[in-house]
Amino acid sequence: MDKFEKLTGIAAPMPLVNIDTDMIIPKVFLKTIKRSGLGVNLFDEMRYDRQGNEIPDFVLNQPQYREAEILVAGDNFGCGSSREHAPWALKDFGIKSVISTSFADIFYNNCFKNGILPIVLPQEAVDVLMKDAEKGSNARMIVDLEHQTVSSSEGETFSFEVDPFKKHCLLEGLDDIGLSLEKAPAIDSYEQKMAQARPWV
Amino acid sequence: MSPKTLYDKIWDAHVVSQDEDGTCLLYIDRHLVHEVTSPQAFEGLRMAGRTVRAPEKTIAVPDHNVPTTAGREDPKNMTEDSAIQVAALDKNARDFGINYYPVSDIRQGIVHIVGPEQGWTLPGMTVVCGDSHTATHGAFGALAHGIGTSEVEHVLATQTLIQKKSKNMKVEITGKLRAGVTAKDITLAVIGATGTAGGTGYVIEYCGEAIRDLSMEGRMTVCNMAIEGGARAGLIAPDEKTFEYVTGRPHAPKGAQFEAALSWWKTLFTDEGAHFDKVVTLKGEEIEPVVTWGTSPEDVLPISALVPAPEDFRGGKVEAAKRALAYMDLTPGQKLTDIAIDTVFIGSCTNGRIEDLRAAADIVKGKKIKVKRAMVVPGSGLVRAQAEEEGLADIFRDAGFEWRLAGCSMCLAMNPDQLSEGERCASTSNRNFEGRQGYKGRTHLVSPAMAAAAALTGHLTDVRELMTEDA
Ligand code: SF4
Repeated sequence: MDKFEKLTGIAAPMPLVNIDTDMIIPKVFLKTIKRSGLGVNLFDEMRYDRQGNEIPDFVLNQPQYREAEILVAGDNFGCGSSREHAPWALKDFGIKSVISTSFADIFYNNCFKNGILPIVLPQEAVDVLMKDAEKGSNARMIVDLEHQTVSSSEGETFSFEVDPFKKHCLLEGLDDIGLSLEKAPAIDSYEQKMAQARPWV
Repeated sequence: MSPKTLYDKIWDAHVVSQDEDGTCLLYIDRHLVHEVTSPQAFEGLRMAGRTVRAPEKTIAVPDHNVPTTAGREDPKNMTEDSAIQVAALDKNARDFGINYYPVSDIRQGIVHIVGPEQGWTLPGMTVVCGDSHTATHGAFGALAHGIGTSEVEHVLATQTLIQKKSKNMKVEITGKLRAGVTAKDITLAVIGATGTAGGTGYVIEYCGEAIRDLSMEGRMTVCNMAIEGGARAGLIAPDEKTFEYVTGRPHAPKGAQFEAALSWWKTLFTDEGAHFDKVVTLKGEEIEPVVTWGTSPEDVLPISALVPAPEDFRGGKVEAAKRALAYMDLTPGQKLTDIAIDTVFIGSCTNGRIEDLRAAADIVKGKKIKVKRAMVVPGSGLVRAQAEEEGLADIFRDAGFEWRLAGCSMCLAMNPDQLSEGERCASTSNRNFEGRQGYKGRTHLVSPAMAAAAALTGHLTDVRELMTEDA
């Protein structure tokens, strides 16, 4: 996995609440056996009409947001299904961080596994950053994972919380399966214990 | 020892190791796998030269993509990309030696229906699947939740998950339900009360008299939609009904092992005085048959209500409500019962079990549908066979319903069962998101009885009106 470096980038505003995984990547694009190539279909039903033409109003179709690397979104972003295709699509498009007041649990976890940083901030902070994002491509936000801060283009800075283990994995680009396999002896001894205690499992 | 919740007990019984910051390696007892969220995980294993640690605890079944019409064993009757996913699951199941129910097997069905039916799901277990509705298995007093594909790969390789403990939430439904009110109405009413993010960060324990009174099927319906309330998982303490349900199932313990299991299962309840971080209480008597009007499962109203106006909401929800009303083509102030329905879908892991089909057939019996299209998609081949034996299939067919083979079908419309643009559906599934059942399709979530009622009248209907007619 890529390391998450300090990020300075364009942020796209998506104030809608409850943006669900069906919106992020409609199910027709789940019929793949690969992880890559989903970026063109990110937000497909909001982004294109039935003939495949871009809908000019949609934020990521506007010239100033085509290179966006950050999304500032309404409450409960990523609700719905467990499909990891949602973060795969975001990542493939180039989104490296999403900011909202809240995220759905599985989506939040899935982001970290793919080098995307989801940031939870209070409503007031998200409101400030949403306004900042609306300024377009001249306004660049700074996401600093090391110091756990987001700064608007005007220099207003907000701190965020992140789980220390998840932060470590993201900063170092670690593969957590490798890390867990180092604990194989503990898994072995748990299994031995359980073979006695709960043999029916 | 300080009193523990049911969740605390199951959690503690599965911790393999714990780091200083509270991050745990949690042992997984059952790993369910389907064709859509697993190919990349198996590919990851192969690329890293890893293997499946516990194939005997891993169960695979194709369900999301498969057609629900005859002849589906032939890949030619699937779209090419669906066939590729199903073929990949076939191969992965074979190569890694995991338990597998192919489409040709009568036991095939929706993964969350097959697991309990075959006795894979048992009280006190940890159960995961690359599917958000894994919460269904919580009905057995198991800790069950959805995971992403990277985590699927992690579980395949290590039989564990890296987890931090969630907070405890109690949802209590007191008293008795009134006639015509079902498990689906309970679970929707809870989401209506708490919102789709109300459970975020929590594991919910459902309790109270109305929950106790539910059958195992009903409890699965309630837990199934815990995820729609944002919770990681939902669970219900096991009791005599639970033990009776699992007894004799193919993969449930037998004989002395069953006795040993039973004595542990009987310790699985929340201790007196255990701490909950959040408590929500609803009165069972006050729950009405409900429907959703919008494009989020929290957009729930009693069937007797009127379509709301955007001004009825606050904050970001005002815009969302405007968008939902436009998408659903509804006018504020319109009666919900005046909404005409084109299609009725009865099925899914929420409501595709035998009890659901019985409830719908009860309403339908001897009548004809007034909608353009109505379909029943049993949750598994075995549910289908039982419904045929009980004569339910004939009731549905005679009324004009299509009687399909098992699968996810129009719950998410990845197979050919889809709504067309603007088509309006009363559906027993769990999500009414934009485009969920087909591009620009419109979904109203309801119970099986309410879906049956809508099929008979051609519009959203309070099922209790049809019930009194009969009495
Ligand atoms: S029936 Fe619907 S919700 Fe259930 S597993 Fe299938 S697609 Fe998911």
